[in-house]
Amino acid sequence: MNKYETVFILTPVLSDAQMKEAVDKFKKVLTDNQATIVNEEEWGLRKLAYPIQKKTTGFYNLLEFDAEPTVVAKLETAFRRDEKVIRFLTFRLDKFAAEYAEKRRNVRKAAAEKAAEEPAAEAPAAEVTNE
Amino acid sequence: MAQTQSEIRYLTPLSVDTKKKKYCRFKRMGIKYIDYKDPEFLKRFLNEQGKILPRRITGTSLKFQRRVAKAVKRARHLALLPYVTDLMK
Repeated sequence: MNKYETVFILTPVLSDAQMKEAVDKFKKVLTDNQATIVNEEEWGLRKLAYPIQKKTTGFYNLLEFDAEPTVVAKLETAFRRDEKVIRFLTFRLDKFAAEYAEKRRNVRKAAAEKAAEEPAAEAPAAEVTNE
Repeated sequence: MAQTQSEIRYLTPLSVDTKKKKYCRFKRMGIKYIDYKDPEFLKRFLNEQGKILPRRITGTSLKFQRRVAKAVKRARHLALLPYVTDLMK
């Protein structure tokens, strides 16, 4: 088993539901091949540094997974067959990258938790000042 | 008596260019992995046209120059950085 990371860019013309569906499709390709998904991130709509297929924006998605090397070929075939994907990159994480990825995951998780907590913490504080 | 000190006196002190030793920031900061997902950081290693700066300018060690190059190339593939441009900064 190796650790892999893949980033793919979907066309901006999709609706939110279509995008979710596309992401789920690729996740299914992975899980059907006995890969375990470690992390997934959605960077949302971003501007591209240069136009790809005459598009200037794209939905970025990141998946981290543990899998056998043969799975990568299957995933990339799925990417190539799907015209919704305009760009993709898959690579194996070496030990430094894996360390970094883990740290990044924890930081993001902590940030997400903090963001979830803050509105709850802020709301009572705001009430106090109003009174 | 005072003559012995110096004959020439300048109004502004001479700026003597002491060569600052370049160093590899990755070695000094203990960074082991260079993330391609952070284009703002990678821009420090690019010139205005988006070309990778040589080691002799940035001072990066060979090991990390290879990793910088790899990260920049990954970022370019994913359109996080441009391949060619003018006035990036």
